[in-house]
Amino acid sequence: MLRSRRLAVSLALVCGVVAFGMLGPVVSGRDPYAIVDMPFAGPSRYAWLGTDNFGRDELTLLMHGTRTSLQIGAMAGVISVLLGAVVGTAAGFYGGLTDEMLMGLTNVLITIPSFVILILLSVALKSRSVQAMGLIIGITSWPWTARAVRAQATSLKAREHVWVARLSGASGAGIIVRDIVPYMLSYLAMAFTLQLASAVLTEAALAMLGLGPSNSVSLGVMLQWALLWEAVRQGVWWAFLPPTVALAVVAFSLQLLNASLDEVYNPRLRGGVDAS
Amino acid sequence: MGLRRYVLFKLLWYTLALFVALGLNFVLPRLIPGNPVDALVARFLQGGLQGQAAGRVYQAFLEEFGLDRPMGQQFVAYLGNVLRGNLGVSFSYYPARVQDLIGQALPWTVALQLPAILVGWLLGNVLGAVAAYRGGRFDGRLFVAALALSSIPYYAMAILLLYALAVAVPLFPSAGGYSFGLTPSWSTAFVLDLLHHYALPFLSLVLVAIGGQAVGMRSMAIYELGADYVRYSRAMGVTQPRVLRYVFRNAMLPQVTGLALALGTLVGGALITELVFSYPGIGYLLFNAISLNDYPLIQGVTLCIAVAVLLANFLVDIAYGFIDPRIRAVQLGER
Repeated sequence: MLRSRRLAVSLALVCGVVAFGMLGPVVSGRDPYAIVDMPFAGPSRYAWLGTDNFGRDELTLLMHGTRTSLQIGAMAGVISVLLGAVVGTAAGFYGGLTDEMLMGLTNVLITIPSFVILILLSVALKSRSVQAMGLIIGITSWPWTARAVRAQATSLKAREHVWVARLSGASGAGIIVRDIVPYMLSYLAMAFTLQLASAVLTEAALAMLGLGPSNSVSLGVMLQWALLWEAVRQGVWWAFLPPTVALAVVAFSLQLLNASLDEVYNPRLRGGVDAS
Repeated sequence: MGLRRYVLFKLLWYTLALFVALGLNFVLPRLIPGNPVDALVARFLQGGLQGQAAGRVYQAFLEEFGLDRPMGQQFVAYLGNVLRGNLGVSFSYYPARVQDLIGQALPWTVALQLPAILVGWLLGNVLGAVAAYRGGRFDGRLFVAALALSSIPYYAMAILLLYALAVAVPLFPSAGGYSFGLTPSWSTAFVLDLLHHYALPFLSLVLVAIGGQAVGMRSMAIYELGADYVRYSRAMGVTQPRVLRYVFRNAMLPQVTGLALALGTLVGGALITELVFSYPGIGYLLFNAISLNDYPLIQGVTLCIAVAVLLANFLVDIAYGFIDPRIRAVQLGER
């Protein structure tokens, strides 16, 4: 019972955040960069969540920021899961030299902290578009997925239905597409939720260091402004609390979604000692 | 299977990884369009240097930073310098040397992170183990709480605590490593001031670490509690405390690896905490370097982070090789 409630809560939270970021900017129709009031003005009927250091509407910024963060997260999530799945299945299914080489590459990349590569890449890019951010976060975060997928592919290729397919003369690529990947889809969906969450948080961390997307507002960029203009120390809660809470909700809901999906697939995780 | 071969194999492997990290560290900042020396000289020229003098300054800087030589030679020079512990000269704090700037910031970061990681690990594991063992409602609540704690990004926790306990209820100072006007010394007054500034950043890191460790320990312990050897031991009439001792010893193993890997993120794991609290560590230094386009300093910091992680991973691997011969065999391809 508890389990399905957890799933429902996390799904509702995720849907809420996505709707806020995707529908919000359309429904409100306001320009996020328009100056609507005095700087750091409190909540009023012009700006329900008050204004930021330039007098721009926090609520509008928050909706656009959520959208940008989700876009970067989704792009990075898709890229890293795809890369991880391709590298992992190829290594696990073909084995031998392919496996050695692909896993060698993966392991080197895992040992070098991806945040370092991210910082260096972001510094090297003069202007960082939303797409560029999604791309660089995506291409630095696939190795863990690749390793997990490889383990799954190795065990899947020893299953009976794969042998049947081999005996009936199916090609390697055909077996991967028809007999291996479908069995990993649930796992890949779970990996995507985690990659999305971590990409949103990574974007925010980069943005706060001054390496966020140029010319767009994301949740991290909002926090960077709040820190630069001392919103926290001045007690202007509406300038930093909404993006902070939004980031925490995105991360928490996706982790909870992942954990409840995990419980659906691994019934053992449901209870403690007494259940056994 | 030879332990020596295993260690050599790992050493080779991590040398390769280090080399790749050094290569990336060297190449990526050089992809920047334009020449960093231009920016630096432009700043000097605002001071009134003109004509021939400007040209001489420019040339001097080019040579100093080695940017006039071909890439290959630059890389060899870079490797040689790094090996001798020379990370170059900072652009923005010229003529301060990068290694000195890092040397000043590093103790702050380590003093903040090391206790936070250790305390968080200890408390988190105890809580996770208790939750797994007791199960039921206690577990359900603790699990959600721990998951919530661990999924709050550490910098969000820092911002929330800063606001709650330094601004709304001003119990703690809101910025810095110690008060303005105090000179660092080991006097009681200074140490108390230091601890006062230390409390909030420390708390923000510990809370998140406890959450993460508790979630990990709980699932490991539940997995072990359901293992066949537990049922068998119970059926054989082995006493409960004894079974539990086995269970938690087994559940601890991955957690020990987790601790070692967390220690690897010592330098680069919480850069933004320092930013939020204006704490004078590596994160604060990196932020300044990025906002001032100080490439040598950025490179120095990222190298420092990478080396810390590689070193921790290497030590974990070696320790595991000593503890568990099966791992040695698998890694060397002999199953």
